[in-house]
Amino acid sequence: MTTAISVKNIGKQYKIGAAESKFRYNMLRDVIVDTVSAPIRLAKAMIGKSDHRTNQNYVWALKDVSFDLEEGRVLGIVGRNGAGKSTLLKILSRVTEPTVGTVTVRGRVGSLLEVGTGFHPELTGRENIYMNGAILGMKRSEIDSKFDEIVDFSEVTQYIDTPVKRYSSGMYLRLAFAVAAHLEPEILVVDEVLAVGDAEFQKKCLGKMGDVAQQGRTVLFVSHNMSAILRLTQEAIVLNKGQMLMRAPTQEAVDFYLSSGQAQAGERVWDAEDVPAVSAPFRPISLKIMNRSGKVVDTVRSTEPVTVEFEYQLHAPVTGLRVGMYLSTMRGEYVLTSFDTDAPNLFEKFDSRQAGRYISRAEIPADIFNEGRYTIGVNASSFGVRRYFMDENAIAFNVDISGAPGTHWPEPRVGPVRPRFNWTIEKLD
Amino acid sequence: MTELTKHEPHTVYIKPSKGLAALNLRDLWVYRELIFFMVWRDVKVKYKQTLLGMAWAVIQPVMTMLVFTFLFDRVAKLPTEGIPYPVFSFTALLPWGLFVVALNQGSRSLVAHNNMVTKIYFPRLILPMSAVFSGLVDFAIAFVILVILMFYYQVTPAWNLIWTLPLFLLLAIVTALGVALWLSAINVQYRDVNQALPFLTQFWLFATPVAYSASVISEKWQVLYSLNPMAGVVNGFRWALLGTGNGPDITLWVSVGISILIFISGLFYFRSMEKTFADTI
Repeated sequence: MTTAISVKNIGKQYKIGAAESKFRYNMLRDVIVDTVSAPIRLAKAMIGKSDHRTNQNYVWALKDVSFDLEEGRVLGIVGRNGAGKSTLLKILSRVTEPTVGTVTVRGRVGSLLEVGTGFHPELTGRENIYMNGAILGMKRSEIDSKFDEIVDFSEVTQYIDTPVKRYSSGMYLRLAFAVAAHLEPEILVVDEVLAVGDAEFQKKCLGKMGDVAQQGRTVLFVSHNMSAILRLTQEAIVLNKGQMLMRAPTQEAVDFYLSSGQAQAGERVWDAEDVPAVSAPFRPISLKIMNRSGKVVDTVRSTEPVTVEFEYQLHAPVTGLRVGMYLSTMRGEYVLTSFDTDAPNLFEKFDSRQAGRYISRAEIPADIFNEGRYTIGVNASSFGVRRYFMDENAIAFNVDISGAPGTHWPEPRVGPVRPRFNWTIEKLD
Repeated sequence: MTELTKHEPHTVYIKPSKGLAALNLRDLWVYRELIFFMVWRDVKVKYKQTLLGMAWAVIQPVMTMLVFTFLFDRVAKLPTEGIPYPVFSFTALLPWGLFVVALNQGSRSLVAHNNMVTKIYFPRLILPMSAVFSGLVDFAIAFVILVILMFYYQVTPAWNLIWTLPLFLLLAIVTALGVALWLSAINVQYRDVNQALPFLTQFWLFATPVAYSASVISEKWQVLYSLNPMAGVVNGFRWALLGTGNGPDITLWVSVGISILIFISGLFYFRSMEKTFADTI
């Protein structure tokens, strides 16, 4: 086995906070001095004698990452937003240079996030295929030989000489994807986080990835979707804050990632200034999403119960208060509404509440959610009297469906819920 | 899908480039077809969904020529070394028009294609290069108009000098590309370039003998004047086509020198900034 990718101690440093210091003027004098000296700073920056490094903050988006990947292997990359996954892929595909370290890549790197790059709305489908192919590094002869195949795959045959601005967004995506899919790189990089399009399209991407892996090419796959990672990769690395925490067989890496509680996301805290004055005497404090072992997480498993905990303060006694949540998908479709005094016994017991600090806690049973991202909104009101507080988008979380009903079929399912029904099958003769 | 292509893949080493980056012209060669496609696309798309289409390539220089003729010939009565003013000014407007389009498109090329820059690898030099080259089509169309004008005014071309024309065209391209390399790279970080471009173009027009003859500049300022490489280009065009002026002398070589200096320094500046384009754009 030869090594396809060899990454040695790479790091990438980004500049942050430039905008902040730039616009913080205290006095008109500062503004004038700054304006007058702007050309001088520009000149300095151009000849490379920038004073940036001294007065701006730098952050390592990726630090000291090393790994080797053999030809024909499929490697998953998991980590929270900002962990450095996309930066790593950008370095491997040469979009950006590492600040330190070296990478050796054997073969052409293609990526499915380049879909449609360089497409021009005024050009026809045919013209865009050539244009896009050239941008992806294909030779003209190569495009010629694959042209018919690309058109067939895209299913836009009869519109191939129509400007793509007349295409529906679905046709546009299919055509763009068809070109990228026929690039046939030795190494394929897939960043699902940046993938566009509907579920159908994403399915196509994953299918393509599977094909590529079967042909013995090397694949790097970034995803928030743990079941896709489990299904498609044998090995995974876990990134956190730019560093590689582990590299292990996928199951082990995913377990580690899901249980490590790297997520401070999964908790929403309201500061005093976030709460409108009209909410008084109700004052929200925090909202937490917790997994079965009580860890605050931003990704939960649909096969485990999830606990939602809403903490708040009452500055005066309130009668008829109900505190609850709306659950909706990221697309804004409501899934359900639920209140803490839905049960008659609690309704009687907590109909009037004294001033003080409270927690309303709901346990959402296992086998409710489908895969994807959900939003929880909170509401505190007295029915027919007054609404104290409402936040429709208090927090969002991801649901991972590994082990959920029907996951042995690798396809996305429509609908926001994925309950475990009691199916029976009878044979009638 | 088809089976794995069975050629030996080439190996790429990715590492931080230090100091003056190597020019990496090999990659530019590998991606040469992309330059062709970008130029082809620019030309194809430029006049799409316009009523007058390609006619704009004619209307723009002709209208400028008419305005110049009115102002500088009828009103100001500038000397033209015996050439009818419309031909005299149009000869200069040809390379000038090419230069302006190349400079403007070239300087904005990186920012205009930021989705390409942030998503995929290709030699970034291709963007300003193809923007500059795509101006050549308009140039060719305007050239036909010049030929017609010369027939109409019965101006005999300077046959013995006309072979030098491509050299002056090359000088115009090198100058425009050099400036575009500098400005496009700066534009990635400082969008001030967008604001400065119209002003720069206008200022440069006055500093170039487009509307007037270079002979109105007094002898002692000639060398200083030729620090503007476009002065060399415009004088060269008039000399090659109409036979006016003294032909190549010290001022032309100064122009050529400056032009090459801008181009080479622009190339290295561009390459040294290239590594951070995707991060700062």
